[in-house]
Amino acid sequence: MSGLSRRLLLLAPVGAAAAGGIGFYAALDRQRSGEYNPRNVPSAMIGRPPPDFTLPEVADSGIAPFGAADLRAVGGPVIVNFWASWCVPCIIEHPQLMRLAREGIPVFGIAYKDKPEDSLRFLRQHGNPFRRLSRDEPGRVAIDWGVYGVPETYLVDRQGIIRWRFAGPITPEILAQDLRPLLARA
Amino acid sequence: MIAELGHYALALALLLAFAQTALPLLGAQSRDARLMGAGAPLALGQFLALAASFACLMHLYVINDTSVLNVVQNSHSAKPLLYKITGTWGNHEGSLLLWVLILALCGAAVSLFGRNLPSALRARVLGVLGLISVGFLLFTLKTSNPFERVWPPPPDGQGLNPILQDIGLAMHPPLLYVGYVGYAVTFAFAIAALIEGRVDAAWGRWVRPWSLAAWAFLTAGIALGSWWAYYELGWGGYWFWDPVENASLLPWLIGTALLHSAIVVEKREALKTWTILLAIIAFGMSLLGTFLVRSGVLNSVHSFANDPERGLFILALLMFYLLGAFILFAWRAQAMVPTGIFAPVSREGAIVLNNLLVCSITAVVFVGTLWPMFADALMGLKVSVGPPFFNAASFPLVVPLLLAMAIGPLMPWKRAALWPVVQRLWWVAVLALAGFVLALLASGERVLPAIGFAFAAWVIGAALADLAERTGLFRVGLARAWARAGGLPRAAWGAAIAHAGVGVLAAGLAGMGLAHEKLAALAPGQSMSLAGHEWRLEEVRDVVGPNYTARRATISVIRDGQVVHVMQPSRRWFPVARQNTTEVSIRTNMMRDLYAVIGEEQDGKAIIRIHYNPLAPWIWLGAAIMALGGGLSLADRRVRVSAPNRVPKGAVPA
Repeated sequence: MSGLSRRLLLLAPVGAAAAGGIGFYAALDRQRSGEYNPRNVPSAMIGRPPPDFTLPEVADSGIAPFGAADLRAVGGPVIVNFWASWCVPCIIEHPQLMRLAREGIPVFGIAYKDKPEDSLRFLRQHGNPFRRLSRDEPGRVAIDWGVYGVPETYLVDRQGIIRWRFAGPITPEILAQDLRPLLARA
Repeated sequence: MIAELGHYALALALLLAFAQTALPLLGAQSRDARLMGAGAPLALGQFLALAASFACLMHLYVINDTSVLNVVQNSHSAKPLLYKITGTWGNHEGSLLLWVLILALCGAAVSLFGRNLPSALRARVLGVLGLISVGFLLFTLKTSNPFERVWPPPPDGQGLNPILQDIGLAMHPPLLYVGYVGYAVTFAFAIAALIEGRVDAAWGRWVRPWSLAAWAFLTAGIALGSWWAYYELGWGGYWFWDPVENASLLPWLIGTALLHSAIVVEKREALKTWTILLAIIAFGMSLLGTFLVRSGVLNSVHSFANDPERGLFILALLMFYLLGAFILFAWRAQAMVPTGIFAPVSREGAIVLNNLLVCSITAVVFVGTLWPMFADALMGLKVSVGPPFFNAASFPLVVPLLLAMAIGPLMPWKRAALWPVVQRLWWVAVLALAGFVLALLASGERVLPAIGFAFAAWVIGAALADLAERTGLFRVGLARAWARAGGLPRAAWGAAIAHAGVGVLAAGLAGMGLAHEKLAALAPGQSMSLAGHEWRLEEVRDVVGPNYTARRATISVIRDGQVVHVMQPSRRWFPVARQNTTEVSIRTNMMRDLYAVIGEEQDGKAIIRIHYNPLAPWIWLGAAIMALGGGLSLADRRVRVSAPNRVPKGAVPA
């Protein structure tokens, strides 16, 4: 082996380590800015319009149901929340939804695999954050959305594109760190 | 008061570490014996300061001092004393303190046991160890101070994650850290050698025990973690290719390569540049593991706090040590001239093959672990690299590795012929083939497990053949061979035993390839059958523990109408942490494990999952045998007694 190529070979680890370091730095940087979250379960729906659907109302709720067309008609960001009265984490995230509703942000709810009377009892007991409320008792529309379980929340922007998905309860931290910055941009 | 003392001792350790870096390195450069001599007492002092600091933290945990943030976040008065103690390192800050304490312990060990080292080399090794301490002590003090106070103190702590309240897991991090930190010592030796510009047989002899000890501890630590995952997580598996598991496997793999190539440096004065590089990478991999676990860049069940700021600091440390070492390497490694030359087919050649294969496996694990993170963070691609990739990619590398590890030890140094070795192994090959056929018939023609059993027989048989060869069993008769066996160097025994351990491990893995499981909702009195046993749920009842309540099932395992085992898996509820854990029930006879887990209950029925795991204990038994082999080799007379003497530069060792 010639002297030069040996020298280059000996320098290879420096290059590899430096490249790795830059890559890790970029990953950390994006993690800090929120662009990268290793815990995020990927969703195929991000960046796409919601699937086409129509759903019935929750009987006796007095809240109008909604379909895909209504989401586009809002003309601003909409939060779509899949929930159920039998779901304990839904109670945990409920205050955050109420807060968003009070601030005038449209929160649309879909009661998932839930009997209308149970859904109503839940809303009477905890308060109603939903501007529109539909019922998906068979859970078919949820499958089209790719719902993982309840609660699960989507953000649809003013162009009618899904920008964000979160599986699990929206804690105050998630609201402040993830959802708010997106709402400001959406 | 105690917390402030601990904090003060930590700061003192930093000062001592600064001095330990600067004085001996300067002394070695200027050949000043007094400055060089300062290294040893400073290393001891740093160790004592850190021991005091750690003792303070442990005391705070034992008395459950809720004015200390770290205690509040990780402990609780109702926790059993044992877990109050082990909880000291069951969190980011405390485990970091343990890390630097072990590092200082290694430094103290070098200064105590390294009296026969040339003084310049010893000074440089201690200086580099001091420099590593400085970095990590700065990190601890700046971002992860375990002695932070909280005011007003809350009435009680938030409790330790119940999953961590287990003695197996409590011992897992210290063992791993000894392994990781052990590679800091081989790293320090490598840097010292680069500064001096010489690597010789004596250097290899000093590095070997450290790489052996680190390797043995890491083996035990990884095995303990895997065993814990098996009996605590309740998923019936033992290795999940989780990023953090892989992060501990990377230094182990490189350490395995280092262990073998250091032999060549010691015996033959060849592979010097390569060994130095491995020593640097082994420590680099340890640091990488630390970075991955503590920065939160990877999604894993293991990781500590998610803190990119800490991640940045560790990344800076990693880059400083690794880039510094590599630059030094590129600059100085030219000077390492190999003196021993060898033919491709020889013991050295076999070790080179081992190194190539082990490093290829490392590359597979490295890429598979980091690729999803880079793809996601930098390109926004969600890719999932799971067990199928790791299994498929490492299998074709493990097969030649197992083939070669049987042949290598039987080869003479310098120049060998393959044929005589193959001749001596013919009966082992027959044994392996028999194992393959038998396993194929017994398992209902499952090829992959049968291959595993064949290789297990091959590797264990070859280790026996190696011992038989060395004692001359087939030439001089049993009595003489027995007498000779006592006279064999312990390193030879250690190597054969460690290799046999790999075979036992392979048999365990192959056995687990034949495992069965079954899941059913059972009401008391109902039963299901698995692997020739009838499993009957007798009852499910409430039990109360010190800091939990539990639902405990009683399951009778019946064979031929006789109750052979009563198993009591339970599901614990820890109210303080608001968390459930599963307590698996395992019955073993070393040839197979019966494994039962209780899940949710509904409508008077309990979900019961049962597993039949053939040879499962052999996995950890094999790892324990490997670590034991390493320990035995460490006790070799050569390491204990003879003070290796340096041959003057240029002379040829006899």
